Amino acid sequence: MANIMYWEAIQRAHDEEMARDPLVICMGEDIGVAGGTYKATKGLYEKYGPLRVIDTPISEGGFTGLGIGASFLGVRPVIEIMSVNFAWLAMDQMFNSAAKVRYMSGGQLTAPCVFRSAGGAAHQLGAQHSARMEKVFMGIAGLRVVTPSNPKQAYGLLKSAIRCDDPVFINEHELMYNMKGEVPDTEYFHPLEGSEVTRSGTDVTLFGYNISVHWCLKAAEILDKQYGISAEVIDLYSLAPLDREGIKKSVSKTHRAVIAEEDEAPVGVGSEVIAIINETCFFELDAAPVRVHSALVPQPYNHTLEKATIPDHEDVVKAVLKLFGKA
Amino acid sequence: MKLEDKKRVLREMVLHRRFEERCYQAYIERKIGGFLHLYPGQEACCNGVMEAARPGHDYVITGYRDHVHAIKCGADPKRVMAELYGKETGSSKGRGGSMHIFDVDKRFMGGYALVGGPFPLAAGMAKAIQMKGGDEIAICFLGDAANNQGVFHETMNMAALWKLPVLFVCENNLYGIGTSIERSTAVIHQHKRVAAYNIPAAECDGQDIDIVYQHARKAVDHVRGGNGPYFLELMTYRYRGHSMSDSRGYRTREEEELWKQRDPIFILRDRLIAEGAMSMADFEAIEKETDAYIENEVIKFAEDSPEPRVEDLEKYVLADRETQLPWLTGKAA
Ligand SMILES: Cc1ncc(C[n+]2csc(CCOP(=O)(O)OP(=O)(O)O)c2C)c(N)n1
Ligand SMILES: [Mg+2]
Repeated sequence: MANIMYWEAIQRAHDEEMARDPLVICMGEDIGVAGGTYKATKGLYEKYGPLRVIDTPISEGGFTGLGIGASFLGVRPVIEIMSVNFAWLAMDQMFNSAAKVRYMSGGQLTAPCVFRSAGGAAHQLGAQHSARMEKVFMGIAGLRVVTPSNPKQAYGLLKSAIRCDDPVFINEHELMYNMKGEVPDTEYFHPLEGSEVTRSGTDVTLFGYNISVHWCLKAAEILDKQYGISAEVIDLYSLAPLDREGIKKSVSKTHRAVIAEEDEAPVGVGSEVIAIINETCFFELDAAPVRVHSALVPQPYNHTLEKATIPDHEDVVKAVLKLFGKA
Repeated sequence: MKLEDKKRVLREMVLHRRFEERCYQAYIERKIGGFLHLYPGQEACCNGVMEAARPGHDYVITGYRDHVHAIKCGADPKRVMAELYGKETGSSKGRGGSMHIFDVDKRFMGGYALVGGPFPLAAGMAKAIQMKGGDEIAICFLGDAANNQGVFHETMNMAALWKLPVLFVCENNLYGIGTSIERSTAVIHQHKRVAAYNIPAAECDGQDIDIVYQHARKAVDHVRGGNGPYFLELMTYRYRGHSMSDSRGYRTREEEELWKQRDPIFILRDRLIAEGAMSMADFEAIEKETDAYIENEVIKFAEDSPEPRVEDLEKYVLADRETQLPWLTGKAA
């Protein structure tokens, strides 16, 4: 096990897959000579050259579509969208071309490409550089959406996404590229479907994904130490499809649920998890599930205002206490 | 083009015309639903270019006005009609419809409904060809109004920058739905728009297949020769409305009549007759045979074919689970 950073894990996955298969390429803005905004493609340009590590013009719709077109003929592109905010410009191609081509061709044509992007709010980047957009991607038929919460997942999910014949969107996080974690030394493929029980508990389930898994873990610690509440933490690393069985199993055990997301509440992971709970185990509930989420405002620049929009572990603790009638 | 080829192409163009006219009728009879964009008037464009290219070998992609391009690449007209009827035997198994004809075996890589969408997809296929070292080219057929999408410029830049083997064919029929080109576009002559990217380009009459062929010959040879992209603009006209609910109030009947004087099928027919290669009676026989074929085989096949099964609703959304299990479960061998 190596203790490496999130970006290093992504870089290693790229490197291994490109070394294995000459049809694996990566493309995006500043990913080649510059090595990538978050270093996720560092050193690859020197190793694989400009035909496979492609510095693109600032043309998100154009190069995303170009990658998809190449994937029609068997190329496996890993397309980096520098920030998820710019993905709006590429969504026409992602949704209308990549996600739908298999279906509308009756199974003849596939788009086995990977889209990677830095999502999440960082620090004071303002309204147009702080969007969380997982809610937009997870409702599109034909597209898989995964979101790594640690370096091991970042490595293993990218490996699996490149091998998978479906288009996969990988939602990373600007604040997590320097996070360290254990990654197996041997080749590892993280499942693209399912969820992970990150911490086992009996009284309440805390659902998180990507950065909010860390809020949940911290909250679980506090709940255990200060309030004697045993929280289970579920990492929903696959947002499309969501793990219906995993959600049902945990809620059937704990009978209470809190969903923590960095995205805004209307339309998203929280509403979807609650819908799944309603559909699969409503009568197991001892209390109505609670969502912890961002405020529905364009992200303010002001530091204090920004902090007020984004929840953290304390909000998760408060939500649980409310569930138990202790707040 | 050799005489034999011209005679074959005339027969094909008659099929393309009659196929589309029969679609119109089937739409009125409510056998075909959704949007239906027909090609009559523009036949020399697709035929002239594809005669210079290699159908079934080169990768072709286009917009929603796609039936004829698919057939020209080698798609079976029976399966195209079955697709329009929404049948399981259709070219996309009834899942695509008129705007999404595909025949990947014949390298017809599909019709797409978002205006401009195919530009980068074509360039991407060209990128794949370049990586794999094949002698195929990618050909993108789109209309004039599509060039007003931003992705047009993004794609032209990348195609030129990376010298991709892609031929862009602009079928300039002077209208995007009901908006005439002079009301939507600052330049009428579309080939001028790629000069900024140093992409060689030409414009020619799109109604005379001999002229289209000559220009396409040069364009295809340029692209296949490894010289990067080429942009070919063909001046043409669609006879029918944009789609089915279009009363054509945005143009005059006089203008339509003027264009019909230069009908691509009649231009070729009259030339072959003048050269003594065929007679009017021969031509009328072709029309009759074509109609009989469409009625007795194409329509019959579509009518007699089964509907897709509702149980198969979610088939083709994603890859076959069984084939992807190592990555879905993480249990790679
Ligand atoms: C992105 C997008 N915007 C608008 C439309 C609606 N639309 C369909 S066809 C069309 C006109 C396109 O004209 P042109 O590119 O000249 O092709 P033609 O139909 O004349 O062959 C429009 C506006 C669409 N399908 N996609
Ligand atoms: Mg037009």
